[in-house]
Amino acid sequence: MNYGIVSQEQLEQIDTILSSKLIKLGVDCVIIIDMAGNIITAKDNGESKYDVYSFAALAAGNFATVDAMAKLVGEAEFSLLFHKGQESNIHFSKIDDELLLISMFGKDISLGFLRLNVVEAIEQIRTVWEGNKT
Amino acid sequence: MSFINLKEKVVQVKIVYYGPGRCGKTTNLEYINRKFRNQIQSEMVSLKTHGDRTLFFDFLPFDMGKIKGYDIKIQLYTVPGQVKYNATRKLVLKGVDGVVFVADAMEKQREKNIRSLNQLHQNLQSYKESIFKLPLVIQYNKIDLKEHGVPILPTAVLRKDLNSRLKVPDFEASAITGYNVAATLKKIISSTVVSIQKKLL
Ligand SMILES: Nc1nc2c(ncn2[C@@H]2O[C@H](COP(=O)(O)OP(=O)(O)O)[C@@H](O)[C@H]2O)c(=O)[nH]1
Ligand SMILES: [Mg+2]
Repeated sequence: MNYGIVSQEQLEQIDTILSSKLIKLGVDCVIIIDMAGNIITAKDNGESKYDVYSFAALAAGNFATVDAMAKLVGEAEFSLLFHKGQESNIHFSKIDDELLLISMFGKDISLGFLRLNVVEAIEQIRTVWEGNKT
Repeated sequence: MSFINLKEKVVQVKIVYYGPGRCGKTTNLEYINRKFRNQIQSEMVSLKTHGDRTLFFDFLPFDMGKIKGYDIKIQLYTVPGQVKYNATRKLVLKGVDGVVFVADAMEKQREKNIRSLNQLHQNLQSYKESIFKLPLVIQYNKIDLKEHGVPILPTAVLRKDLNSRLKVPDFEASAITGYNVAATLKKIISSTVVSIQKKLL
């Protein structure tokens, strides 16, 4: 496994997918992180100002915790991880065993619509990512 | 594992402070947070209990400047030290690039240091990492207590207990006064970066 280094070309392809599939819809910010809390890439609508590094560390911890809880109650995983707020929402989705896609979006987008697009984006990202594994 | 972004030329390095409960891991990060404000872009994140004990981890991102044109972003973490939290300790170790083992120099903590180091060894093994290969620095903390008449272990004893086989760089320190906190940090950063540098083009 060699996911520690991603080529510039692959990152550009992934960024394009994130922009066309999610940012264009009105998602405020999309981050791909690994389970160790590293940021693979982050895209936003140019307005949001999140501290993405702290966010990634907390998100990885959050996801790992929920995953461990799933195992404790005998589930392979909880497939939907979603936090809902007044103004903004956070949606987590697993790309593969190492990668997570996190979307932050406001109240103008419905969860169902977002999920649909996340699923499509993830399929495309997987194709790009596969090329990275040795 | 460090993550290297070739597009934006950023390297993210994960360093974990590990050790028994109340040995001074959080205090190390708090000192770094105060002392190196200009290299730290954001607030320290601490997930703790009501009683101010680390529940999950502390997190402090630290900018190292550039090496070979790459921005080096050091991510400092601590683990929760309490015995019952081994599951979360393991989560924090995922993808670790370098470890600072903080030992508590107080005499009564002798056993706990050894047990914690053994557990670090096992936890790393569960990620197929080896304590003998991973960049590691050991810190014998709280040596200031000697002046206050608290019985502490001589460094030779701590060394024999913890570092006779590993033979890694080690420091006496006092996280509360800041003595050798920066030296410990610099050492683990340089060991870790050297091992990562080989991956950079
Ligand atoms: N005297 C002394 N006390 C320390 C030192 N480092 C930490 N402490 C104290 O030990 C206690 C536990 O420290 P903390 O950093 O929370 O330990 P952690 O559980 O490893 O994160 C606190 O009361 C600290 O003030 C030190 O170098 N000298
Ligand atoms: Mg602590």
